[in-house]
Amino acid sequence: MRALITAVYLFLYAPIALVVLFSFNAGRNASEFTGFSVEWYGKALANPFLITALQNSLIIALVSATLAAVFGTMAALGLERLGSRARAVFDGLLAAAIVVPGVVIGIATLVALVAVFGAINPAIAAIWPGERPPQLGLGYGSIIAAHGLFTMALVTMIVKARIATLGRDIVEASADLYATPLTTFRDIVLPQILPSVLAGFLLAFTFSFDDFIVAFFVAGSKTTLPIYVFASIRRGVTPEVNAIATMVLVASLLLILIARLLMREKTRKSPAGE
Amino acid sequence: MPLTMTTKRRLVTAALLAPASAWLFVFLVLPFIAMLVFSVGERGPAGGYQAAFTFAQYANLPARSAAYWNTLMLAPAGAFLCLLVAYPTAYYLAVKASPRHRLLLVSLVVVPFWTSLLVRTYAWMYILGSRGIPNLLDMIGIADVRLLNTPGAVLLGIVYGYLPLMIMPIYVSLEKLDRRLLEASADLGAKPLSTFFSVTLPLSLPGVMTGVALVTILLLGEYLIPQLLGGGKVFFIGNALVDLFLQSRNWPFGSAIAVTLVAIVVVVLTVAMRIAWRISGTRQVDLV
Repeated sequence: MRALITAVYLFLYAPIALVVLFSFNAGRNASEFTGFSVEWYGKALANPFLITALQNSLIIALVSATLAAVFGTMAALGLERLGSRARAVFDGLLAAAIVVPGVVIGIATLVALVAVFGAINPAIAAIWPGERPPQLGLGYGSIIAAHGLFTMALVTMIVKARIATLGRDIVEASADLYATPLTTFRDIVLPQILPSVLAGFLLAFTFSFDDFIVAFFVAGSKTTLPIYVFASIRRGVTPEVNAIATMVLVASLLLILIARLLMREKTRKSPAGE
Repeated sequence: MPLTMTTKRRLVTAALLAPASAWLFVFLVLPFIAMLVFSVGERGPAGGYQAAFTFAQYANLPARSAAYWNTLMLAPAGAFLCLLVAYPTAYYLAVKASPRHRLLLVSLVVVPFWTSLLVRTYAWMYILGSRGIPNLLDMIGIADVRLLNTPGAVLLGIVYGYLPLMIMPIYVSLEKLDRRLLEASADLGAKPLSTFFSVTLPLSLPGVMTGVALVTILLLGEYLIPQLLGGGKVFFIGNALVDLFLQSRNWPFGSAIAVTLVAIVVVVLTVAMRIAWRISGTRQVDLV
Protein backbone atom coordinates (compact mmCIF):
# COMPACT_ATOMS: atom_id res chain seq x y z
CA MET A 1 0.00 0.00 0.00
CA ARG A 2 2.76 2.43 0.99
CA ALA A 3 4.67 1.67 -2.21
CA LEU A 4 1.59 2.39 -4.27
CA ILE A 5 1.01 5.72 -2.53
CA THR A 6 4.63 6.72 -3.01
CA ALA A 7 4.28 5.86 -6.68
CA VAL A 8 1.14 8.01 -6.97
CA TYR A 9 2.88 11.04 -5.47
CA LEU A 10 5.91 10.47 -7.66
CA PHE A 11 3.59 10.25 -10.66
CA LEU A 12 1.93 13.54 -9.66
CA TYR A 13 5.09 15.52 -9.02
CA ALA A 14 7.97 14.01 -11.03
CA PRO A 15 6.86 15.39 -14.43
CA ILE A 16 6.46 18.90 -13.00
CA ALA A 17 9.82 18.59 -11.24
CA LEU A 18 11.43 17.57 -14.51
CA VAL A 19 10.15 20.68 -16.30
CA VAL A 20 11.44 22.85 -13.44
CA LEU A 21 14.80 21.08 -13.47
CA PHE A 22 15.30 21.48 -17.20
CA SER A 23 14.35 25.14 -17.07
CA PHE A 24 17.74 25.56 -15.37
CA ASN A 25 19.55 23.54 -18.00
CA ALA A 26 22.51 25.33 -19.54
CA GLY A 27 22.34 23.36 -22.76
CA ARG A 28 19.66 23.52 -25.43
CA ASN A 29 19.25 19.76 -25.52
CA ALA A 30 16.13 18.67 -23.73
CA SER A 31 17.31 15.18 -22.81
CA GLU A 32 20.56 15.77 -20.96
CA PHE A 33 21.36 18.18 -18.19
CA THR A 34 24.59 19.92 -19.05
CA GLY A 35 24.89 22.45 -16.26
CA PHE A 36 23.01 24.98 -14.17
CA SER A 37 21.96 28.25 -15.73
CA VAL A 38 19.27 30.89 -15.42
CA GLU A 39 19.89 32.03 -18.96
CA TRP A 40 16.44 30.90 -20.19
CA TYR A 41 14.68 32.95 -17.54
CA GLY A 42 16.59 36.01 -18.70
CA LYS A 43 15.68 35.24 -22.27
CA ALA A 44 12.02 34.66 -21.44
CA LEU A 45 11.71 37.83 -19.38
CA ALA A 46 13.37 39.92 -22.09
CA ASN A 47 10.73 38.79 -24.56
CA PRO A 48 8.23 41.67 -25.02
CA PHE A 49 5.48 39.36 -26.33
CA LEU A 50 5.66 37.25 -23.19
CA ILE A 51 5.51 40.32 -20.94
CA THR A 52 2.47 41.66 -22.83
CA ALA A 53 0.76 38.27 -22.54
CA LEU A 54 1.53 38.18 -18.81
CA GLN A 55 0.13 41.69 -18.33
CA ASN A 56 -3.03 40.79 -20.24
CA SER A 57 -3.52 37.65 -18.15
CA LEU A 58 -3.01 39.54 -14.89
CA ILE A 59 -5.48 42.28 -15.85
CA ILE A 60 -8.10 39.79 -17.04
CA ALA A 61 -7.69 37.52 -14.00
CA LEU A 62 -7.82 40.45 -11.56
CA VAL A 63 -10.92 42.06 -13.07
CA SER A 64 -12.86 38.83 -13.70
CA ALA A 65 -12.03 37.40 -10.25
CA THR A 66 -13.02 40.66 -8.52
CA LEU A 67 -16.34 40.80 -10.36
CA ALA A 68 -16.89 37.08 -9.71
CA ALA A 69 -16.15 37.47 -5.99
CA VAL A 70 -18.46 40.48 -5.54
CA PHE A 71 -21.36 39.29 -7.72
CA GLY A 72 -20.99 35.66 -6.62
CA THR A 73 -21.10 36.61 -2.92
CA MET A 74 -24.10 38.87 -3.51
CA ALA A 75 -25.84 36.02 -5.32
CA ALA A 76 -25.07 33.56 -2.51
CA LEU A 77 -26.56 35.99 0.02
CA GLY A 78 -29.58 36.68 -2.18
CA LEU A 79 -30.24 33.02 -2.95
CA GLU A 80 -31.14 32.08 0.62
CA ARG A 81 -33.78 34.83 0.62
CA LEU A 82 -35.48 33.39 -2.47
CA GLY A 83 -38.47 31.08 -2.65
CA SER A 84 -37.71 27.46 -3.43
CA ARG A 85 -38.88 27.57 -7.08
CA ALA A 86 -36.89 30.66 -8.07
CA ARG A 87 -33.92 29.23 -6.22
CA ALA A 88 -34.11 25.98 -8.19
CA VAL A 89 -34.02 27.92 -11.48
CA PHE A 90 -31.04 29.95 -10.32
CA ASP A 91 -29.22 26.87 -8.99
CA GLY A 92 -29.81 25.15 -12.33
CA LEU A 93 -28.25 28.05 -14.26
CA LEU A 94 -25.27 28.10 -11.89
CA ALA A 95 -24.79 24.35 -12.32
CA ALA A 96 -25.00 24.79 -16.11
CA ALA A 97 -22.33 27.51 -15.98
CA ILE A 98 -20.05 25.05 -14.16
CA VAL A 99 -20.87 21.85 -16.04
CA VAL A 100 -21.02 23.08 -19.67
CA PRO A 101 -17.56 22.39 -21.17
CA GLY A 102 -15.23 25.38 -21.50
CA VAL A 103 -14.93 24.77 -25.22
CA VAL A 104 -18.71 25.24 -25.59
CA ILE A 105 -18.72 28.36 -23.39
CA GLY A 106 -15.98 29.78 -25.62
CA ILE A 107 -17.87 28.99 -28.81
CA ALA A 108 -21.25 30.21 -27.58
CA THR A 109 -19.76 33.49 -26.34
CA LEU A 110 -17.88 33.96 -29.62
CA VAL A 111 -20.95 33.29 -31.76
CA ALA A 112 -23.21 35.56 -29.69
CA LEU A 113 -20.74 38.44 -29.49
CA VAL A 114 -19.92 38.31 -33.19
CA ALA A 115 -23.66 38.41 -33.97
CA VAL A 116 -24.19 41.34 -31.59
CA PHE A 117 -21.17 43.27 -32.85
CA GLY A 118 -22.26 42.62 -36.42
CA ALA A 119 -25.55 44.36 -35.65
CA ILE A 120 -24.21 47.18 -33.49
CA ASN A 121 -21.08 48.26 -35.36
CA PRO A 122 -22.88 49.43 -38.56
CA ALA A 123 -25.39 51.27 -36.37
CA ILE A 124 -22.61 53.11 -34.55
CA ALA A 125 -20.93 53.87 -37.87
CA ALA A 126 -24.20 55.32 -39.21
CA ILE A 127 -24.66 57.82 -36.38
CA TRP A 128 -20.97 58.54 -35.67
CA PRO A 129 -20.15 62.14 -36.60
CA GLY A 130 -16.39 61.68 -37.00
CA GLU A 131 -14.29 60.00 -39.65
CA ARG A 132 -13.48 56.75 -37.87
CA PRO A 133 -16.28 55.28 -35.78
CA PRO A 134 -15.27 53.01 -32.88
CA GLN A 135 -15.59 49.30 -33.56
CA LEU A 136 -16.70 46.91 -30.86
CA GLY A 137 -14.67 43.73 -30.93
CA LEU A 138 -13.34 40.77 -29.01
CA GLY A 139 -10.67 41.40 -26.40
CA TYR A 140 -10.41 42.06 -22.67
CA GLY A 141 -14.16 42.44 -22.26
CA SER A 142 -15.13 39.17 -23.93
CA ILE A 143 -12.51 37.14 -22.03
CA ILE A 144 -13.51 38.71 -18.72
CA ALA A 145 -17.19 38.00 -19.43
CA ALA A 146 -16.58 34.35 -20.35
CA HIS A 147 -14.21 33.70 -17.42
CA GLY A 148 -16.51 35.52 -15.03
CA LEU A 149 -19.40 33.24 -15.95
CA PHE A 150 -17.66 30.12 -14.63
CA THR A 151 -15.88 31.78 -11.72
CA MET A 152 -18.94 33.67 -10.49
CA ALA A 153 -20.82 30.36 -10.32
CA LEU A 154 -17.83 28.87 -8.48
CA VAL A 155 -17.73 31.68 -5.89
CA THR A 156 -21.50 31.44 -5.41
CA MET A 157 -21.20 27.70 -4.70
CA ILE A 158 -18.32 28.18 -2.21
CA VAL A 159 -19.93 31.07 -0.32
CA LYS A 160 -23.33 29.35 -0.36
CA ALA A 161 -21.80 26.28 1.27
CA ARG A 162 -20.28 28.53 3.94
CA ILE A 163 -23.56 30.35 4.60
CA ALA A 164 -25.29 26.99 5.01
CA THR A 165 -22.99 26.19 7.95
CA LEU A 166 -23.65 29.52 9.69
CA GLY A 167 -25.93 29.31 12.69
CA ARG A 168 -29.20 31.19 12.18
CA ASP A 169 -29.39 31.75 15.95
CA ILE A 170 -26.51 34.23 16.03
CA VAL A 171 -28.15 36.29 13.28
CA GLU A 172 -31.46 36.20 15.15
CA ALA A 173 -29.72 37.10 18.40
CA SER A 174 -28.20 40.10 16.69
CA ALA A 175 -31.63 41.18 15.44
CA ASP A 176 -33.12 40.69 18.92
CA LEU A 177 -30.48 43.05 20.27
CA TYR A 178 -31.85 45.71 17.90
CA ALA A 179 -29.02 45.59 15.35
CA THR A 180 -30.19 46.77 11.93
CA PRO A 181 -29.92 44.17 9.14
CA LEU A 182 -26.97 46.11 7.75
CA THR A 183 -25.15 46.09 11.09
CA THR A 184 -25.85 42.38 11.50
CA PHE A 185 -24.45 41.77 8.05
CA ARG A 186 -21.34 43.86 8.64
CA ASP A 187 -20.53 42.63 12.16
CA ILE A 188 -21.84 39.05 12.16
CA VAL A 189 -22.23 37.57 8.68
CA LEU A 190 -19.45 39.25 6.71
CA PRO A 191 -16.55 38.33 9.05
CA GLN A 192 -17.66 34.71 8.95
CA ILE A 193 -17.99 34.41 5.18
CA LEU A 194 -14.98 36.58 4.32
CA PRO A 195 -12.41 33.73 4.25
CA SER A 196 -14.54 31.77 1.76
CA VAL A 197 -15.06 34.90 -0.34
CA LEU A 198 -11.29 35.42 -0.45
CA ALA A 199 -10.69 31.75 -1.20
CA GLY A 200 -13.28 31.97 -3.97
CA PHE A 201 -11.55 35.08 -5.33
CA LEU A 202 -8.19 33.31 -5.42
CA LEU A 203 -9.62 30.18 -7.07
CA ALA A 204 -11.34 32.43 -9.62
CA PHE A 205 -8.08 34.28 -10.23
CA THR A 206 -6.20 30.99 -10.64
CA PHE A 207 -8.81 29.63 -13.04
CA SER A 208 -8.76 32.74 -15.20
CA PHE A 209 -4.97 32.94 -15.10
CA ASP A 210 -4.61 29.29 -16.17
CA ASP A 211 -7.49 29.03 -18.63
CA PHE A 212 -6.57 28.36 -22.20
CA ILE A 213 -9.57 27.01 -24.08
CA VAL A 214 -12.20 29.67 -23.28
CA ALA A 215 -9.79 32.53 -24.00
CA PHE A 216 -8.60 30.80 -27.19
CA PHE A 217 -12.06 31.39 -28.71
CA VAL A 218 -12.92 34.85 -27.41
CA ALA A 219 -9.52 36.56 -27.16
CA GLY A 220 -9.69 38.12 -30.63
CA SER A 221 -6.26 39.62 -31.27
CA LYS A 222 -5.29 39.68 -27.56
CA THR A 223 -2.78 37.13 -26.27
CA THR A 224 -3.04 35.73 -22.76
CA LEU A 225 -0.19 33.90 -21.06
CA PRO A 226 -1.63 30.38 -21.67
CA ILE A 227 -2.29 31.26 -25.32
CA TYR A 228 1.31 32.43 -25.60
CA VAL A 229 2.62 29.27 -23.91
CA PHE A 230 0.48 27.10 -26.19
CA ALA A 231 1.81 28.85 -29.28
CA SER A 232 5.42 28.46 -28.03
CA ILE A 233 4.89 24.75 -27.38
CA ARG A 234 3.64 24.32 -30.93
CA ARG A 235 6.70 26.09 -32.28
CA GLY A 236 8.90 23.61 -30.47
CA VAL A 237 9.96 22.46 -27.04
CA THR A 238 12.79 24.69 -25.81
CA PRO A 239 14.28 25.39 -22.39
CA GLU A 240 12.74 28.85 -22.66
CA VAL A 241 9.29 27.25 -22.65
CA ASN A 242 10.37 25.30 -19.55
CA ALA A 243 11.31 28.56 -17.84
CA ILE A 244 7.96 30.15 -18.69
CA ALA A 245 6.12 26.98 -17.60
CA THR A 246 7.99 27.02 -14.28
CA MET A 247 7.03 30.64 -13.64
CA VAL A 248 3.38 29.88 -14.45
CA LEU A 249 3.50 26.91 -12.05
CA VAL A 250 5.04 28.93 -9.22
CA ALA A 251 2.44 31.68 -9.64
CA SER A 252 -0.54 29.30 -9.49
CA LEU A 253 1.04 27.27 -6.67
CA LEU A 254 1.32 30.40 -4.53
CA LEU A 255 -2.29 31.38 -5.24
CA ILE A 256 -3.70 27.94 -4.48
CA LEU A 257 -1.68 27.63 -1.27
CA ILE A 258 -3.04 30.94 0.00
CA ALA A 259 -6.57 29.88 -0.99
CA ARG A 260 -6.22 26.59 0.89
CA LEU A 261 -4.84 28.31 3.98
CA LEU A 262 -7.87 30.60 3.98
CA MET A 263 -10.27 27.66 3.59
CA ARG A 264 -8.55 25.83 6.44
CA GLU A 265 -8.77 28.92 8.63
CA LYS A 266 -12.50 28.84 8.01
CA THR A 267 -12.89 25.23 9.14
CA ARG A 268 -10.68 25.73 12.18
CA LYS A 269 -12.70 28.68 13.41
CA SER A 270 -15.96 26.75 13.33
CA PRO A 271 -15.46 23.28 14.79
CA ALA A 272 -19.24 22.85 14.76
CA GLY A 273 -19.44 23.40 11.03
CA GLU A 274 -18.85 20.83 8.27
CA MET B 1 -45.60 56.17 0.55
CA PRO B 2 -43.33 54.36 2.99
CA LEU B 3 -42.03 50.98 1.92
CA THR B 4 -43.41 48.02 3.78
CA MET B 5 -41.03 45.49 5.26
CA THR B 6 -41.78 42.84 2.62
CA THR B 7 -41.33 45.25 -0.29
CA LYS B 8 -38.02 46.40 1.15
CA ARG B 9 -36.91 42.83 1.68
CA ARG B 10 -37.81 41.92 -1.90
CA LEU B 11 -35.94 44.93 -3.26
CA VAL B 12 -32.79 43.93 -1.37
CA THR B 13 -33.06 40.33 -2.63
CA ALA B 14 -33.53 41.55 -6.20
CA ALA B 15 -30.56 43.93 -5.90
CA LEU B 16 -28.36 41.14 -4.54
CA LEU B 17 -29.26 38.79 -7.39
CA ALA B 18 -29.42 41.33 -10.23
CA PRO B 19 -25.75 41.31 -11.35
CA ALA B 20 -25.43 37.52 -11.29
CA SER B 21 -28.77 37.06 -13.07
CA ALA B 22 -27.81 39.56 -15.75
CA TRP B 23 -24.46 37.85 -16.22
CA LEU B 24 -26.02 34.39 -16.46
CA PHE B 25 -28.60 35.65 -18.94
CA VAL B 26 -26.29 37.67 -21.19
CA PHE B 27 -23.29 35.32 -21.16
CA LEU B 28 -24.92 31.90 -20.76
CA VAL B 29 -28.56 31.85 -21.90
CA LEU B 30 -28.25 34.26 -24.84
CA PRO B 31 -25.04 32.71 -26.23
CA PHE B 32 -26.65 29.30 -26.01
CA ILE B 33 -29.66 30.54 -28.00
CA ALA B 34 -27.28 32.14 -30.52
CA MET B 35 -25.47 28.81 -30.85
CA LEU B 36 -28.77 27.00 -31.49
CA VAL B 37 -29.67 29.58 -34.17
CA PHE B 38 -26.25 29.24 -35.83
CA SER B 39 -26.56 25.45 -35.84
CA VAL B 40 -29.58 25.60 -38.19
CA GLY B 41 -27.87 28.15 -40.45
CA GLU B 42 -25.58 27.82 -43.43
CA ARG B 43 -21.91 28.47 -43.94
CA GLY B 44 -21.29 31.82 -45.63
CA PRO B 45 -19.29 31.96 -48.89
CA ALA B 46 -16.24 33.28 -47.02
CA GLY B 47 -16.82 31.16 -43.94
CA GLY B 48 -18.70 32.28 -40.86
CA TYR B 49 -22.47 32.26 -40.85
CA GLN B 50 -25.36 32.91 -43.19
CA ALA B 51 -28.96 32.93 -41.97
CA ALA B 52 -31.04 29.90 -42.94
CA PHE B 53 -33.26 27.26 -41.43
CA THR B 54 -31.93 23.86 -42.29
CA PHE B 55 -30.94 20.70 -40.47
CA ALA B 56 -28.18 20.06 -43.00
CA GLN B 57 -25.50 20.67 -40.35
CA TYR B 58 -26.97 17.98 -38.13
CA ALA B 59 -27.30 15.59 -41.08
CA ASN B 60 -23.59 16.19 -41.75
CA LEU B 61 -22.51 15.11 -38.23
CA PRO B 62 -21.25 11.66 -39.36
CA ALA B 63 -18.46 13.49 -41.23
CA ARG B 64 -16.86 13.99 -37.82
CA SER B 65 -17.67 10.53 -36.46
CA ALA B 66 -14.01 9.84 -35.60
CA ALA B 67 -14.02 12.71 -33.09
CA TYR B 68 -17.22 11.39 -31.48
CA TRP B 69 -15.85 7.84 -31.43
CA ASN B 70 -12.55 8.88 -29.81
CA THR B 71 -14.29 11.08 -27.24
CA LEU B 72 -16.94 8.51 -26.32
CA MET B 73 -14.35 5.72 -26.02
CA LEU B 74 -11.41 7.51 -24.43
CA ALA B 75 -13.31 9.76 -21.98
CA PRO B 76 -14.96 6.87 -20.08
CA ALA B 77 -11.81 4.72 -20.44
CA GLY B 78 -9.72 7.57 -19.03
CA ALA B 79 -12.17 8.08 -16.17
CA PHE B 80 -12.07 4.35 -15.39
CA LEU B 81 -8.24 4.28 -15.36
CA CYS B 82 -8.31 7.34 -13.10
CA LEU B 83 -10.64 5.46 -10.76
CA LEU B 84 -8.30 2.45 -10.62
CA VAL B 85 -5.47 4.66 -9.36
CA ALA B 86 -7.64 7.03 -7.33
CA TYR B 87 -9.55 4.52 -5.19
CA PRO B 88 -6.57 2.93 -3.42
CA THR B 89 -5.04 6.39 -2.97
CA ALA B 90 -8.22 7.82 -1.47
CA TYR B 91 -8.58 4.72 0.72
CA TYR B 92 -5.07 5.15 2.04
CA LEU B 93 -5.59 8.86 2.72
CA ALA B 94 -8.92 8.38 4.50
CA VAL B 95 -8.33 5.12 6.39
CA LYS B 96 -4.65 4.28 6.66
CA ALA B 97 -2.77 7.58 6.76
CA SER B 98 -1.91 8.93 10.20
CA PRO B 99 -4.13 11.89 11.09
CA ARG B 100 -1.00 13.97 11.67
CA HIS B 101 0.04 13.79 8.01
CA ARG B 102 -3.41 13.49 6.46
CA LEU B 103 -4.03 17.17 5.78
CA LEU B 104 -0.65 17.63 4.13
CA LEU B 105 -1.06 14.50 2.00
CA VAL B 106 -4.54 15.55 0.89
CA SER B 107 -3.31 19.05 0.04
CA LEU B 108 -0.51 17.56 -2.04
CA VAL B 109 -3.12 15.70 -4.07
CA VAL B 110 -5.40 18.73 -4.60
CA VAL B 111 -2.76 21.33 -5.42
CA PRO B 112 -1.76 20.02 -8.88
CA PHE B 113 -5.38 20.25 -10.05
CA TRP B 114 -5.30 24.00 -9.61
CA THR B 115 -2.06 24.48 -11.49
CA SER B 116 -2.04 24.95 -15.22
CA LEU B 117 -3.27 21.86 -17.08
CA LEU B 118 -1.42 23.23 -20.09
CA VAL B 119 1.91 23.12 -18.26
CA ARG B 120 1.21 19.72 -16.72
CA THR B 121 0.30 18.23 -20.09
CA TYR B 122 3.34 19.89 -21.62
CA ALA B 123 5.48 18.06 -19.06
CA TRP B 124 4.35 14.73 -20.50
CA MET B 125 4.86 15.97 -24.03
CA TYR B 126 8.41 16.63 -22.95
CA ILE B 127 8.84 13.20 -21.31
CA LEU B 128 7.19 11.14 -24.07
CA GLY B 129 8.63 13.19 -26.93
CA SER B 130 11.48 11.92 -29.07
CA ARG B 131 14.13 13.47 -26.81
CA GLY B 132 12.58 12.00 -23.64
CA ILE B 133 11.92 8.33 -22.88
CA PRO B 134 12.33 7.13 -26.52
CA ASN B 135 15.80 8.70 -26.51
CA LEU B 136 16.72 6.87 -23.28
CA LEU B 137 15.39 3.59 -24.73
CA ASP B 138 17.45 4.22 -27.83
CA MET B 139 20.59 4.43 -25.67
CA ILE B 140 19.98 0.94 -24.27
CA GLY B 141 19.35 -0.45 -27.71
CA ILE B 142 15.58 -0.27 -28.13
CA ALA B 143 15.22 1.95 -31.15
CA ASP B 144 12.29 3.72 -32.80
CA VAL B 145 9.81 3.64 -29.98
CA ARG B 146 7.00 6.08 -30.53
CA LEU B 147 5.06 7.08 -27.41
CA LEU B 148 3.78 10.56 -28.24
CA ASN B 149 0.73 10.95 -30.51
CA THR B 150 -0.78 7.59 -29.53
CA PRO B 151 -4.05 6.78 -27.72
CA GLY B 152 -1.89 5.51 -24.85
CA ALA B 153 -0.24 8.90 -24.46
CA VAL B 154 -3.65 10.60 -24.41
CA LEU B 155 -4.89 8.17 -21.74
CA LEU B 156 -1.78 8.76 -19.66
CA GLY B 157 -2.29 12.52 -19.93
CA ILE B 158 -5.92 12.10 -18.90
CA VAL B 159 -5.04 10.08 -15.79
CA TYR B 160 -2.33 12.59 -14.92
CA GLY B 161 -4.53 15.62 -15.42
CA TYR B 162 -7.68 14.38 -13.70
CA LEU B 163 -6.41 12.09 -10.92
CA PRO B 164 -6.79 14.80 -8.21
CA LEU B 165 -10.41 15.40 -9.22
CA MET B 166 -11.16 11.68 -8.96
CA ILE B 167 -9.41 11.22 -5.61
CA MET B 168 -11.20 14.06 -3.78
CA PRO B 169 -14.87 12.93 -3.84
CA ILE B 170 -13.86 9.33 -3.06
CA TYR B 171 -11.71 10.55 -0.18
CA VAL B 172 -14.58 12.64 1.17
CA SER B 173 -17.02 9.70 1.07
CA LEU B 174 -14.51 7.34 2.71
CA GLU B 175 -13.62 9.86 5.39
CA LYS B 176 -17.27 10.27 6.38
CA LEU B 177 -17.56 6.52 6.79
CA ASP B 178 -18.45 5.54 10.34
CA ARG B 179 -15.51 3.55 11.75
CA ARG B 180 -17.86 1.72 14.13
CA LEU B 181 -19.42 -0.03 11.14
CA LEU B 182 -16.02 -1.49 10.26
CA GLU B 183 -15.47 -2.57 13.85
CA ALA B 184 -18.94 -4.10 14.01
CA SER B 185 -18.25 -6.02 10.82
CA ALA B 186 -14.97 -7.34 12.27
CA ASP B 187 -16.63 -8.21 15.57
CA LEU B 188 -19.19 -10.23 13.68
CA GLY B 189 -16.34 -12.30 12.28
CA ALA B 190 -15.98 -10.78 8.80
CA LYS B 191 -12.50 -10.93 7.31
CA PRO B 192 -10.97 -7.55 6.31
CA LEU B 193 -11.53 -8.27 2.62
CA SER B 194 -15.16 -9.20 3.12
CA THR B 195 -15.66 -6.09 5.31
CA PHE B 196 -14.24 -4.04 2.46
CA PHE B 197 -16.58 -5.50 -0.15
CA SER B 198 -19.73 -5.56 1.98
CA VAL B 199 -19.29 -2.34 4.01
CA THR B 200 -16.59 0.05 2.80
CA LEU B 201 -17.03 -0.20 -0.95
CA PRO B 202 -20.86 0.13 -1.04
CA LEU B 203 -20.74 3.12 1.32
CA SER B 204 -18.12 4.87 -0.80
CA LEU B 205 -20.02 4.37 -4.06
CA PRO B 206 -21.59 7.86 -4.02
CA GLY B 207 -18.08 9.34 -3.97
CA VAL B 208 -17.02 7.00 -6.76
CA MET B 209 -20.04 8.02 -8.84
CA THR B 210 -19.37 11.72 -8.28
CA GLY B 211 -15.73 11.31 -9.26
CA VAL B 212 -16.47 9.26 -12.38
CA ALA B 213 -19.23 11.64 -13.49
CA LEU B 214 -17.13 14.79 -12.90
CA VAL B 215 -14.08 13.45 -14.69
CA THR B 216 -16.09 12.00 -17.60
CA ILE B 217 -18.00 15.25 -18.11
CA LEU B 218 -14.84 17.36 -18.09
CA LEU B 219 -13.14 14.90 -20.45
CA LEU B 220 -16.00 15.10 -22.95
CA GLY B 221 -15.01 18.72 -23.60
CA GLU B 222 -11.26 18.15 -23.43
CA TYR B 223 -9.04 19.84 -26.01
CA LEU B 224 -5.50 20.31 -24.68
CA ILE B 225 -4.61 16.71 -23.81
CA PRO B 226 -5.53 15.18 -27.22
CA GLN B 227 -4.02 18.20 -28.96
CA LEU B 228 -0.63 18.03 -27.22
CA LEU B 229 -0.30 14.28 -26.59
CA GLY B 230 -2.42 12.97 -29.50
CA GLY B 231 -0.83 15.30 -32.02
CA GLY B 232 -3.75 15.48 -34.43
CA LYS B 233 -3.97 11.69 -34.65
CA VAL B 234 -6.13 11.13 -31.59
CA PHE B 235 -8.60 13.99 -31.59
CA PHE B 236 -11.68 14.68 -29.48
CA ILE B 237 -14.86 16.65 -30.20
CA GLY B 238 -13.12 19.66 -28.63
CA ASN B 239 -10.38 19.46 -31.27
CA ALA B 240 -12.95 19.23 -34.06
CA LEU B 241 -14.62 22.36 -32.64
CA VAL B 242 -11.40 24.37 -32.57
CA ASP B 243 -10.72 23.30 -36.13
CA LEU B 244 -14.21 24.28 -37.32
CA PHE B 245 -14.27 27.65 -35.57
CA LEU B 246 -10.71 28.86 -35.81
CA GLN B 247 -9.31 27.15 -38.91
CA SER B 248 -11.94 26.06 -41.44
CA ARG B 249 -14.41 28.70 -40.22
CA ASN B 250 -17.50 26.55 -40.66
CA TRP B 251 -19.44 28.07 -37.80
CA PRO B 252 -22.88 26.53 -38.38
CA PHE B 253 -21.45 23.00 -38.51
CA GLY B 254 -19.31 23.75 -35.46
CA SER B 255 -22.37 25.07 -33.61
CA ALA B 256 -24.28 21.87 -34.42
CA ILE B 257 -21.41 19.79 -33.01
CA ALA B 258 -21.25 22.01 -29.90
CA VAL B 259 -25.01 21.52 -29.38
CA THR B 260 -24.59 17.73 -29.56
CA LEU B 261 -21.69 17.95 -27.09
CA VAL B 262 -23.92 19.75 -24.60
CA ALA B 263 -26.61 17.10 -25.21
CA ILE B 264 -24.09 14.32 -24.49
CA VAL B 265 -23.00 16.07 -21.28
CA VAL B 266 -26.62 16.42 -20.17
CA VAL B 267 -27.32 12.72 -20.85
CA VAL B 268 -24.20 11.60 -18.95
CA LEU B 269 -25.06 13.92 -16.06
CA THR B 270 -28.66 12.71 -15.89
CA VAL B 271 -27.66 9.04 -15.93
CA ALA B 272 -24.98 9.67 -13.28
CA MET B 273 -27.43 11.47 -11.01
CA ARG B 274 -30.04 8.72 -11.44
CA ILE B 275 -27.49 6.09 -10.43
CA ALA B 276 -26.24 8.25 -7.56
CA TRP B 277 -29.79 8.67 -6.20
CA ARG B 278 -30.35 4.96 -6.37
CA ILE B 279 -27.10 4.24 -4.53
CA SER B 280 -27.47 6.80 -1.78
CA GLY B 281 -31.25 6.58 -1.53
CA THR B 282 -31.55 10.36 -1.29
CA ARG B 283 -31.73 13.21 -3.72
CA GLN B 284 -29.00 15.13 -1.92
CA VAL B 285 -26.21 14.47 -4.39
CA ASP B 286 -23.84 17.26 -5.19
CA LEU B 287 -22.15 16.85 -8.53
CA VAL B 288 -20.57 20.25 -8.49
